[in-house]
Amino acid sequence: MITSKKTETQKKLKKLANYIKMQVGSILSEIAINKEELLLRCSLSNLIKVLIFLRDDTQCHFKALIDICGVDYPERRNRFDIVYNLLSTSYNTRIRLKTSTDDNTSVPSATSVFRSANWWEREVWDMYGIFFSDHPDLRRILTDYGFDGHPMRKDFPLTGHVEVRYDDEQKRVVYEPVSLVQEFRNFDFLSPWEGARPLLSDLKNKKVEK
Amino acid sequence: MAELQIKPITINFGPQHPAAHGVLRLVLEMKGEVVERADPHIGLLHRGTEKLIEHKTYLQALPYFDRLDYVAPMNQEHAYALAVEKLLELEVPKRAQYIRVLYAEIGRLLNHLLNITTFALDVGAMTPMLWGFEEREKLMEFYERASGARLHAAFFRPGGVHQDLPTSLLEDIQSWADNFPKFINDLENLLTNNRIFKQRTVDIGVVTYEQALDLSFSGPVLRGTGAAWDLRTAQPYDSYEDFDFDIPIGKTGDCYARYLVRIEEMRQSLKIIHQVIAKMPDGPVKALDHKVTPPKRNEMKSSMEALIHHFKLYTEGYRVPAGETYTAVEAPKGEFGVFLISDGTNKPYRCKIRAPGFAFLAALDFLGRGHMLADTVAIIGSLDIVFGEIDR
Repeated sequence: MITSKKTETQKKLKKLANYIKMQVGSILSEIAINKEELLLRCSLSNLIKVLIFLRDDTQCHFKALIDICGVDYPERRNRFDIVYNLLSTSYNTRIRLKTSTDDNTSVPSATSVFRSANWWEREVWDMYGIFFSDHPDLRRILTDYGFDGHPMRKDFPLTGHVEVRYDDEQKRVVYEPVSLVQEFRNFDFLSPWEGARPLLSDLKNKKVEK
Repeated sequence: MAELQIKPITINFGPQHPAAHGVLRLVLEMKGEVVERADPHIGLLHRGTEKLIEHKTYLQALPYFDRLDYVAPMNQEHAYALAVEKLLELEVPKRAQYIRVLYAEIGRLLNHLLNITTFALDVGAMTPMLWGFEEREKLMEFYERASGARLHAAFFRPGGVHQDLPTSLLEDIQSWADNFPKFINDLENLLTNNRIFKQRTVDIGVVTYEQALDLSFSGPVLRGTGAAWDLRTAQPYDSYEDFDFDIPIGKTGDCYARYLVRIEEMRQSLKIIHQVIAKMPDGPVKALDHKVTPPKRNEMKSSMEALIHHFKLYTEGYRVPAGETYTAVEAPKGEFGVFLISDGTNKPYRCKIRAPGFAFLAALDFLGRGHMLADTVAIIGSLDIVFGEIDR
């Protein structure tokens, strides 16, 4: 039963993917279906166009912007991905739209398309330092007042740069550079789970096959 | 005499205020007693959960989810467990799925009990909270008997649940569930037709279906506008399709409609709980792939293989194949989603937590504009805001 449901959603997504390809395929750089999830990718300049199409087209009806999130790939030239998760309650489908940017290029804000984009974009700005142009109120949202840096970037240390404590003499909370009694330990677990290859048993089996 | 001009004043509401439901600092621009603009300042409970998860193995990341919406902890774990299972393409045994449904519904009751009663407290009714917390305590006892913890359970794991239920727990939940409708009736007697309660909630914070979608609302707040949208039926996960229940909807989209939806959802949750207990199958409670789930304790005493699996799982953890998924569950507050990116190692590359409360609070300016200051309190109460999940 589960498999039949899976193939059904797969079919539905394929149909939708083909339709989107027909309509706006020229401005999309990627259309893929992965684990029953539909993924689109477009360039920064076409972002708003694609979002408006997805929201207003009668076959799409993606009326709800579920969230916007950033992803950091420091080794890439366009290091940031911005991911838009959309939901259509009329057709019961989800779609994911991705675009990428670098440190300096600003992303057109989606606040004119979806009202909820306001806070999602503020969070991405706060966490990654991705600038959204035409955003009505791009302030930090989750971090402390006067916070420095963008904590979700991969090059930002887990422990941060400052720590706070209550100073009894000054009668207020003071900021100090982080001092760790023990160095932060990050173990490398990339040794293979299966142990050294080829295993002795594998060799034996091969001999039997021969 | 010329009309007196009232100078607009700015009020700082919170961060320590009982009606703020946590550490919410609200800067309100007032014209007399009418709110002209609300600017919520959040992040006072920000703990960097998403960053911490990037530095933990998949199993170590799980307990953080209890600490997001600490009113209904297991519902958050549920979304994460489903996301990891989707990447691993792991099949979960039927009994584990049923136990998860049972505890997800208990979580829903826990949440609605707290929300309805504290909401009533915000608008002036003290008794419901005193009664509701007694029931909550009974439910948390069921949490404790299954997982060992009243709140931070870490019970739903990728692959199933951590332990099987102890004997006679199901009978006790059953007998509790038989008596609970009486409590809901008592609660309704206090509130539903209460003149003061209605004066404070009817036509306050009205939102239409289109506006609600535009503001990314979900859960009871969206259903209060008349949309029968519930992920448990729309995109069923973990055997929710085996159970028969209704999706209550409101008609007016105001605070009162949200209250009514939550009351009826408690009744529907009870209906699900009765069905789960009646249909509970036997069998294992976690996937048998010991590369993901730990072996049984007694196996470890005799099997070398089991001992190695145990050691490797609790030090290195398991590798999750590279890929990404957005998986959402219908948490009591609304759509709680986890966007998980794996790069093929034992730690998530990115784990974005989509909390329903974040969208609700973002809309507070929209909902509260033009209302009285006291109505802002009612709106916050009816939106069901918990800062653990908003600030992350």
